[in-house]
Amino acid sequence: MRNFVSQRAQEIPPSGIRKFFDLVLTMDDVVSLGVGEPDFNTPWNICESSIYSIEQGGTSYTSNRGLQALRDTLSRYLAQHYGVQYDSNNEMVITTGVSEALDIAVRSITDPGDEIIVAQPSYVSYGPCITLAGGKPIPLRCTEKDHFKINPDALAEQITPKTKALIMNFPNNPTGGVMTKSDLAAVADIIIDHDLVLISDEVYSELTYEGSHCVAATVGDLWERTITLNGFSKAYAMTGWRIGYLCAPKELCDAALKIHQYVMLCAPVMGQVGALEALRSAEEDKNSMVNEYRLRRNLFVAGLNRIGLPCHMPEGAFYAFPSVEKTGLSDTEFAERLLKEQKVAVVPGSVFGPGGEGHLRCAYAVSRKDLGVAVERMDRFLQSLK
Amino acid sequence: MTDEKDLELLRILEENSRLSTEEIATMTSLAAAEVARRIGALEAGKVIKRYSTVVNWEKAGNGEVSAIIELKVSPERDFGYDRIAERLSRFRQVRSLRLITGTYDLQLIVSGKNMQEVSRFVSEHVAPMDRIRETATHIIMKSYKENGNTFFEQPETERLPYSP
Repeated sequence: MRNFVSQRAQEIPPSGIRKFFDLVLTMDDVVSLGVGEPDFNTPWNICESSIYSIEQGGTSYTSNRGLQALRDTLSRYLAQHYGVQYDSNNEMVITTGVSEALDIAVRSITDPGDEIIVAQPSYVSYGPCITLAGGKPIPLRCTEKDHFKINPDALAEQITPKTKALIMNFPNNPTGGVMTKSDLAAVADIIIDHDLVLISDEVYSELTYEGSHCVAATVGDLWERTITLNGFSKAYAMTGWRIGYLCAPKELCDAALKIHQYVMLCAPVMGQVGALEALRSAEEDKNSMVNEYRLRRNLFVAGLNRIGLPCHMPEGAFYAFPSVEKTGLSDTEFAERLLKEQKVAVVPGSVFGPGGEGHLRCAYAVSRKDLGVAVERMDRFLQSLK
Repeated sequence: MTDEKDLELLRILEENSRLSTEEIATMTSLAAAEVARRIGALEAGKVIKRYSTVVNWEKAGNGEVSAIIELKVSPERDFGYDRIAERLSRFRQVRSLRLITGTYDLQLIVSGKNMQEVSRFVSEHVAPMDRIRETATHIIMKSYKENGNTFFEQPETERLPYSP
């Protein structure tokens, strides 16, 4: 029998956390800092409005772009909160999570052989999405020295005649790094000079703890060449609802919409109804969750530094990214032994690409009590290494 | 006057008043001395009335009986409802007391060891007071949520141990 698996499917790497996944299932009493999702339940008014709409028979397809009311409300929200203008009828598609938005964004701009630069460490999907679209992912290392921001010189060095786009994610998973308006301005010049597309995944935009988030498309003349990705999962604790969105100038948006029509048709209607309710009336729920993450961040990062795991203060998302270099263990060894010996689950930084090695991703979207237990156990583990 | 930082401290303490000054300081990025000073000022200014615990008494097996009492009251010239409210508030049995709109004027939450004690309190102490024209007593049969805390046990949500 032939090998039926396509070359491209063979090329993409398996998940770097599979091994840990299998291990953790055999253990009890694990404190997991390994999960990239809020520990809160979705605010009840969001759940209730979705349940009600199902009871009223709201179970059919929506327009490909998504519910008109959701797009209109979202367009106003983006203008009011971030000062970015996207027309709800031409420049916006509601997607099945940001994952789908990323996939259709990449596929709508990639020709075979195109190079797409990915600012790393980063969420694990960017590279495989590019590979599946026939492009070539080019890592751009963001370092702790630069507070895990994009270094404009390093970016310029990675650009070749084949470069088509830059993908970045700020606030960043896994580092918690953010890009301010002036950070973005330096990058914008390079993107424009080399006539690149920017795919900006801003799914953690609401989780910004110092100052307010700057939407990349609002910087300089980036708007006309930027695909903005965002969603409801992180801000409103709606990960399982799978609602994201893609915003872009009409031409780019139309291309993404075509792919979306064929592969997804529309995002789930009950999720879209919930997302609409989130925008209409969950502002306070969101703010109180964000505030709680900020308190936990301060507690947890102070704890890590106290026990001797140096950690910069992450300004966004809900991840701390301490360095384990001083311990002499690699990030993978550290994470594996920490899990086996002290039952704390964290993700080794190298899973997230160049720049991540020597670090751990610890999600602090868990209760303060569990964070305290985790720090205590990590301290015990560090003591045992001496 | 309270400022944004005071409000943050109040929100933290309202949710859990047993946190140490040091923990609160770390959480809020304030110096411990400043947290202590601010909380001291909030206590002195009676913004913080006291530190208490939300107890599910039914679960504790020491079920007191509580009732919502509504009162129609004739207000006094110059004082409105304030003087009679002040008198009512002195009774230990009165747990909460509010001026409300609608058919009734004052709403009390009263608690006692048992139904007899509550009804005796209402009929002997509250109803005969001057200016109280009418009372309506509603015995609380079961409490599902108090001060933002539900008494339902939420099942643990299953989450993946890892996700990228």
